Amino acid sequence: MAAGDLIEFGKLLGAGLAMGLGAIGPGIGIGLLGAGAMQAIGRNPEATGQIQINMMLGIVFAEAVAIYALVAALIIKFV
Amino acid sequence: MDELMSDVMEPVMGEEGCLPGCLTGKGCLIYIVIIAIVAFLTTKLPVVMPEISLPAEPVFTIPGVGFAVTNTLLATWLTMLLLTVGSIAVTRNLNMVPSGLQNLVEWGLGVLLGLAESVAGERGRKFFPLVATIFIFLLVSNWMGIVPGFASVGLIHEAPHGGHEVHQVSVLGLNLNILQAAEVGEDDTGWTVFSFLRSAATDLNTPLALALISVVMTQVVGYQAQGLRYFSKFISFKDVLGLIVGPLEAVSELAKIISFSFRLFGNVFAGEVLLAVLAFIVPYLVSIPFFALELFVGLMQAFVFAMLTLVFMAMATMGHGSEGEEH
Repeated sequence: MAAGDLIEFGKLLGAGLAMGLGAIGPGIGIGLLGAGAMQAIGRNPEATGQIQINMMLGIVFAEAVAIYALVAALIIKFV
Repeated sequence: MDELMSDVMEPVMGEEGCLPGCLTGKGCLIYIVIIAIVAFLTTKLPVVMPEISLPAEPVFTIPGVGFAVTNTLLATWLTMLLLTVGSIAVTRNLNMVPSGLQNLVEWGLGVLLGLAESVAGERGRKFFPLVATIFIFLLVSNWMGIVPGFASVGLIHEAPHGGHEVHQVSVLGLNLNILQAAEVGEDDTGWTVFSFLRSAATDLNTPLALALISVVMTQVVGYQAQGLRYFSKFISFKDVLGLIVGPLEAVSELAKIISFSFRLFGNVFAGEVLLAVLAFIVPYLVSIPFFALELFVGLMQAFVFAMLTLVFMAMATMGHGSEGEEH
């Protein structure tokens, strides 16, 4: 195997691992957020609007971590 | 084709009446015609696998200065032009009783102002111009970026590696080069498109500039509200704890710049890549629901950027002891 191939192999593997491992945490986080919001709506259906807005904000923060992983993966792959 | 039609229509044709959402014979025919047209288009105009490049492509260079104007910069200017012309058009003849466009804009600004005041209290009105500008600018630039055709028309350049074949067609006496799906071999020269426009936030420079504005203005606002006392957050000799926490606070201000800029850049760039790749995998149809998703993401990112700026500013104006969590 040539050195270039080895580097390419490492890059592809690294990009995949970065995105895959980086998505675990945000996945759990978004799941917890969704579950919490559903419970809250179930207990207090009048507050649905307020809860949904806050849930969205929370999800965006959790999702941002996955986005960082994606940026890292993209940089590994394309730069 | 006939077999497919009868297959699709059988379960719904037998029932009498039509519930909402069910397919009638005519409706079914329309879907089949659409699918046939798309299938025809896919063979005639195949979608080209887009060249994904992180840095923005230069469109032209200003001679003498050597300043390369990139396609994201052009998109930023277009956004600015649109907003400037739009606000002039809206405010040209104002009425006490608003109607039409003025009514819409007043309603939108009213909602934003109400939100700002509910988060930051009295100071919300002071932070409002900057925060709302960030929101409107990002909203327009994000939504502009997903208009079909926005980022797919451009000049064909020689690709650095790989690339596609080019097919020349003549339309009304103009020679147009259309990129073909076929990729060239390793040794031949391939071609790729440098589009004229590309969503402003897909270049890290734009989010970085906005993040710097936001973080620097947070310090300015904090200084205005608390005077020199504001900086005791960073350097404090009162006790050991302040000595340790101070540098941490300073680092967290720097981390804000990174998290602001990468969140926006990552979301918008990932959205563009997602749309392009989906259009390549299943042409024309499958990317349509994802356009709706990208509309939502564009709105949400603009909202989050503006909201966080507002919250950080509100936190900076309040004294010690009332600091919320850092992101």
